[in-house]
Amino acid sequence: MRDIRLLDQPFMPGMLIGPFTQANPGLGGVCTFVGEVRYDKGVEALELTHYEPLTLPGMHALADRAFERFDLMGLLMVNRVGVMRPGQPIVCVSAAALHRRDAIDAVDFCMDHLKSAAWFWKREKRAGQWTWIEPRAQDHSDLARWQG
Amino acid sequence: MITVVLLGKLADLAGAPSLQLAAPLDWAGLKSALPDALSAALDDPRNRVALNGALLADKATLHAGEGDEIALLPPVSGG
Repeated sequence: MRDIRLLDQPFMPGMLIGPFTQANPGLGGVCTFVGEVRYDKGVEALELTHYEPLTLPGMHALADRAFERFDLMGLLMVNRVGVMRPGQPIVCVSAAALHRRDAIDAVDFCMDHLKSAAWFWKREKRAGQWTWIEPRAQDHSDLARWQG
Repeated sequence: MITVVLLGKLADLAGAPSLQLAAPLDWAGLKSALPDALSAALDDPRNRVALNGALLADKATLHAGEGDEIALLPPVSGG
């Protein structure tokens, strides 16, 4: 069961994870990661912009690689776009597999690539002013974990 | 016309999320048709270019015609 989506409205991860788990009968384990907009000091809002022709196809290509690399039964990958408030879910990745290691590692793999290499541009609003978020050195080291 | 879509901070430099420019455009033509600050930013190798949703390996090879869509893509944001 494969479910890859961009959402432009708030979502409740539980509403996705329940049906996803049900859709993979016989699984041995499910691992789920939910990311939320952090309550960083002074942050009023976070906005994610995407580019339609690249962003969703890029997420599908990432899912293909996860299926090749890990022994998965199912993969759910949902990312928000648009304006979010602190505390709102921004991303949900869930993997179902016969064995826990494949599920856990697939989620870790997808998250590192979603955060560092997927086609999203983020800006945050502080004191009414929007500022673009730049790439971080940490992103490269996160990706390097999966190379070689 | 050619639609130029601007992502991230490049939209701020253009003052709009998209622009309409007269066709045809090559790389030099695109740069001369854009505001100076944006044109200068395009020389940064980290800023990528897509034509009709496909990334260009070498942006200098750009050739856009009537109805095409050019996207100007700054580096993606980190975590």
